[in-house]
Amino acid sequence: MSKILIRGAKVLGGEPQDVLIDGETIAEVGTGLSAEGAEVVEAGGKVLLPGLVDLHTHLREPGREDSETVLTGTRAAASGGFTAVFAMANTFPVADTAGVVEQVYRLGKEHGYCDVQPIGAVTVGLEGQKLAELGAMHESAAGVTVFSDDGKCVHDAVIMRRALEYVKAFGGVVAQHAQEPRLTEGAQMNEGVVSAELGLGGWPAVAEESIIARDVLLAEHVGSRVHICHLSTAGSVEIVRWAKSRGIDVTAEVTPHHLLLTDELVRSYNPVYKVNPPLRTERDVLALREALADGTIDIVATDHAPHPHEDKDCEWAAAAMGMVGLETALSVVQETMVETGLLDWAGVADRMSITPARIGQAAGHGRPVSAGEPANLTLVDTAYRGAVDSAGFASRSRNTPYEGRELPGRVTHTWLRGKATLVDGKLT
Amino acid sequence: MQRHLISAADLTRDDAVLILDTAEEMARVADRPIKKLPTLRGRTIVNLFFEDSTRTRISFEAAEKRLSADVINFSAKGSSVSKGESLKDTAQTLEAMGVDAVVIRHGASGAPYRLANSGWIDAAVINAGDGTHQHPTQALLDAFTMRRRLVGRDAGLGQDLSGKRITLVGDVLHSRVARSNVDLLHTLGAEVTLVAPPTLLPVGIESWPCEVSYDLDSTLPKSDAVMMLRVQRERMHAAFFPTEREYSRRYGLDGDRMARMPEHAIVMHPGPMVRGMEITAEVADSDRCTVVEQVANGVSIRMAVLYLLLGGNEPAVTHTRTTEEK
Repeated sequence: MSKILIRGAKVLGGEPQDVLIDGETIAEVGTGLSAEGAEVVEAGGKVLLPGLVDLHTHLREPGREDSETVLTGTRAAASGGFTAVFAMANTFPVADTAGVVEQVYRLGKEHGYCDVQPIGAVTVGLEGQKLAELGAMHESAAGVTVFSDDGKCVHDAVIMRRALEYVKAFGGVVAQHAQEPRLTEGAQMNEGVVSAELGLGGWPAVAEESIIARDVLLAEHVGSRVHICHLSTAGSVEIVRWAKSRGIDVTAEVTPHHLLLTDELVRSYNPVYKVNPPLRTERDVLALREALADGTIDIVATDHAPHPHEDKDCEWAAAAMGMVGLETALSVVQETMVETGLLDWAGVADRMSITPARIGQAAGHGRPVSAGEPANLTLVDTAYRGAVDSAGFASRSRNTPYEGRELPGRVTHTWLRGKATLVDGKLT
Repeated sequence: MQRHLISAADLTRDDAVLILDTAEEMARVADRPIKKLPTLRGRTIVNLFFEDSTRTRISFEAAEKRLSADVINFSAKGSSVSKGESLKDTAQTLEAMGVDAVVIRHGASGAPYRLANSGWIDAAVINAGDGTHQHPTQALLDAFTMRRRLVGRDAGLGQDLSGKRITLVGDVLHSRVARSNVDLLHTLGAEVTLVAPPTLLPVGIESWPCEVSYDLDSTLPKSDAVMMLRVQRERMHAAFFPTEREYSRRYGLDGDRMARMPEHAIVMHPGPMVRGMEITAEVADSDRCTVVEQVANGVSIRMAVLYLLLGGNEPAVTHTRTTEEK
């Protein structure tokens, strides 16, 4: 295979260096490397990161190919700088059997834009009643290690306890969508000052916090590891911080949109801002940023949730919940964490690549940018600033809350095991 | 005035007083033998009702007809909506038929706002009640009723409700009437108190421009008007309150409680009343209760709103056609 020399890249935001890729592997990192026999990419001071890893993506295939497919979703991922995504289980049929997870896994392999690691459902049909065949999914070709009923909460305490216990046998982890169902019946947005005024059903913070509190205690009791999806409130941060201080094996993710947007946007009744968990308040946003900076929240995960136009071009109550996020995630993190001084680029690499790869056990991802490592890399033009234009998205869906908003940073190149998937901002 | 009427909160004090004053002019039309003005002749208004509401729909229809508008009534039941057609397509279909204004009642909070602000249609949008959000013409007719009773029909012209103490009692959480009234009454200078069990008050209410109390009896003597909100019996199944009887005992308005109100104070209700629940028959049928007046005033208010949004610069009622009897 051919050689590629990335010249003058700020590796993890450090001093400019050259990185030589030979085949699927990083051959050398240093200064003044020879370009002989190599295709040269002039990085010109752009930041080089290990390929981003998204622990929470909805690829919609099988079942909702009108909103996204494994192909369009992984192209969107490559476009956003990702080299691995974890595909959530709430497809049709649900990814609750070895057959479905293998299909999704195989499609990702065939398309080759990004590694696709399927997440298996915790319960059959996401119904929260009966454990899915977690072991079979783990032993399948897809090698599932992360299990989640995302979109729905594993609300039954006994089922959750059993799932936490059961996956220990093969080192799995349960990723909980923390939402107490009774407290969120008819919920349309964050419950607070804005929902009171708008007359939209409230989704109270306590519905998330009570489940997180229960689950960290369950994890402690049975000695298991638990991962919290899309943590969205200041109170949740406090609970996770407390759990970690007690030595409980908990990890947590935050989405880019919860780092930037607040429920004030719902005043427009524009369903592009409708998402689950809902956009919270300024106070929550600041607490989430702080927690991501200090490591209480371990990672950023997109919760990329594509929906067809008609499911958003309607009245609020009728609209689907969710936002696309793969192609804007890094820009939002730069805006909210880097430009605010809360994280440096090494920190971004940790929260968006190294740690998500570790939590999800994505082999070959989230590795150091050094000789001998797989060449999964992302090159970012951090000096760029521009308005988001969804017309240019690779995703099949356009439900972005950032349309027209100016954001910093642009991924120009992505390499998956030495193969360029994105060159000069264009998919290969 | 804005081009649409979506929320009572969008009205300035001067807008609101103008609507109330215009409604007084419209009310005089109702006293004539021929209750009709040519103002909106040739204009088409559709009453787009996605939720059943006989009284609001009829009130708008009466107002539209008295202004000589062409009226189309559209009810979602049995229409293409029940077959899955979207709000957007329904609205665009109606507009393609040349509609100048859409009066919309919808179960989803914000649906009229979306209709007015999404670029789907150009017609003026009037909110006739959306979910648990707003019902601005109800608030206007309530304010109109209060001004007439508490300030005076002629003395009230040009006036707001400064210093009047208005108490709203009942299911505030699910009430678009309460939200609209709080906004409008505040704009008009009234002091508003909401009384309800804590379960029927929304979290976040602390930002509203009003007082909140859990105790009806202590509020009544300090009220110039007491508005009882409808409480649906099924709420008790969701544990908002234990039983109908307990609700009535604590928050219902009966003769004894009415006697604690100041002599001039009025009892209001947006209807439909649940007699025996939030209001006893004795109170509902008393002279102090303005329910029937509110209905009549509703037509005048809706005429005023339609005229001001659609009528352009022409005076609503020309002097040659009006007999100013007072």
